[in-house]
Amino acid sequence: MIPDMLTYLGTAANWIGEGGIVLRLGEHLWYSLLAVLAALVVAFPLGLFIGHTGRGKLVLVSLSNVLRALPSLGIMTLLVLLMGLGLFPPLLALTLIAIPPILAGVYAGVANVDPLVVDSARAMGMKDSRIILQVELPLALPLVLGGLRGALLQVIATATIAAYVNLGGLGRYIFDGLALYDYGQVMVGAVLVTGLALLVDGLMALVLRWVSPARRAMAV
Amino acid sequence: MNWLLANPDRVRELTVEHLYLSIIPVVAGLIIALALGLVFGNRRRARNIITTAASAVFTIPSLALFVVLPSILGTQILDPVNVLVALSMYSAALLVRTVFDALDAVPAQVLSAAEAIGYSPARRRLLVDLPLAIAPLAAGLRVAAVTNVSLVSVGAVIGIGGLGQLFTSGYQRDYPDQILAGIIMILLLAFVLDRLIAVAGRVMTPWLHVSLKIVAPAGTEPATGNPASAASQSGGGK
Repeated sequence: MIPDMLTYLGTAANWIGEGGIVLRLGEHLWYSLLAVLAALVVAFPLGLFIGHTGRGKLVLVSLSNVLRALPSLGIMTLLVLLMGLGLFPPLLALTLIAIPPILAGVYAGVANVDPLVVDSARAMGMKDSRIILQVELPLALPLVLGGLRGALLQVIATATIAAYVNLGGLGRYIFDGLALYDYGQVMVGAVLVTGLALLVDGLMALVLRWVSPARRAMAV
Repeated sequence: MNWLLANPDRVRELTVEHLYLSIIPVVAGLIIALALGLVFGNRRRARNIITTAASAVFTIPSLALFVVLPSILGTQILDPVNVLVALSMYSAALLVRTVFDALDAVPAQVLSAAEAIGYSPARRRLLVDLPLAIAPLAAGLRVAAVTNVSLVSVGAVIGIGGLGQLFTSGYQRDYPDQILAGIIMILLLAFVLDRLIAVAGRVMTPWLHVSLKIVAPAGTEPATGNPASAASQSGGGK
């Protein structure tokens, strides 16, 4: 299996053109980024609101662990059956999966800001909108980015399943390989998607270190 | 919902399979994580290596791990062992960090006190450190169990996946009701496991749930989290 995989990866023709690795990698990243952006649009303001006001906190906390159980394969197949093939249903499924980690990160980040800091900002005459943008958000940044990191990882992993509902991405190699009993090709997909996940996670770790409170304190 | 109500036997069979595919790895992961935590908890280098390896394992997409494991383990691709091993790896990776953190959080005075009254290091580890780590461990176990319940269903695309098989079969037969039944059962299973572990964690740590009402002497203000006002009242002198 592993020699098969290396032969596959070592053949230039498998990298370029229709169905080539470069294209599949691009598709995979494209689905993932779209889904995470869409999830940010929904979860970011909602997390700020819940974290800032404390309203809806109980619902969020009690639901957060169970939402982790939302089965991606089930959501994806259900949406495709209800809405038809194409990019939108799988993308919606990926977005739904990216929302809980982002929401939890933004909420926890804002809710964990020291209330004394918020009180002093208010005493200095800051309005709520300024408190959120200039006080709570900067202090929440590490946890917000932590949530984003979790969402990216989960979406990159789940985007593999999009190939099951006839989309592209790196999952194509896994499903096409399984159908043809070509386990070398299966390995290609598995190794590439793992590499992509490790790479993105490593980049996010660097970004997180960059914005960490210790580092920012030194810069001041 | 109709499909769910009309096929109780099939649902029960798949639920049992789903349960065992998700719970065995949590137990295996816990044993591995505890062993690693108790043995290497105090060794900085080993700890760093384990933590790094654990976060790398956690980054591997589940489907990728399911299909790669057969060539590493020498199993058939349809062998449930692949799913069990993959999920045990995730559970151990998730829990080992919890074990390290939980053991670190045990107060140093408690450990010194235990040593002072004659506990050997090994006995202290098992009888003092471990019980005090139960609460954070239970929280980690809840996350591991719920994550597994969700991940098992991915196994359905390679033919092993408990309730996840309702997704593949529902998709192939163009039957959304069956998929919905699977989603409902999986969320329900996750919720029940989450509650069970939470309750077990509480029952095993009675000392954390003692009412503290009697602690405050009569006449003192309850702490409001505002040290400035408390200081000005007690320090006023008049």
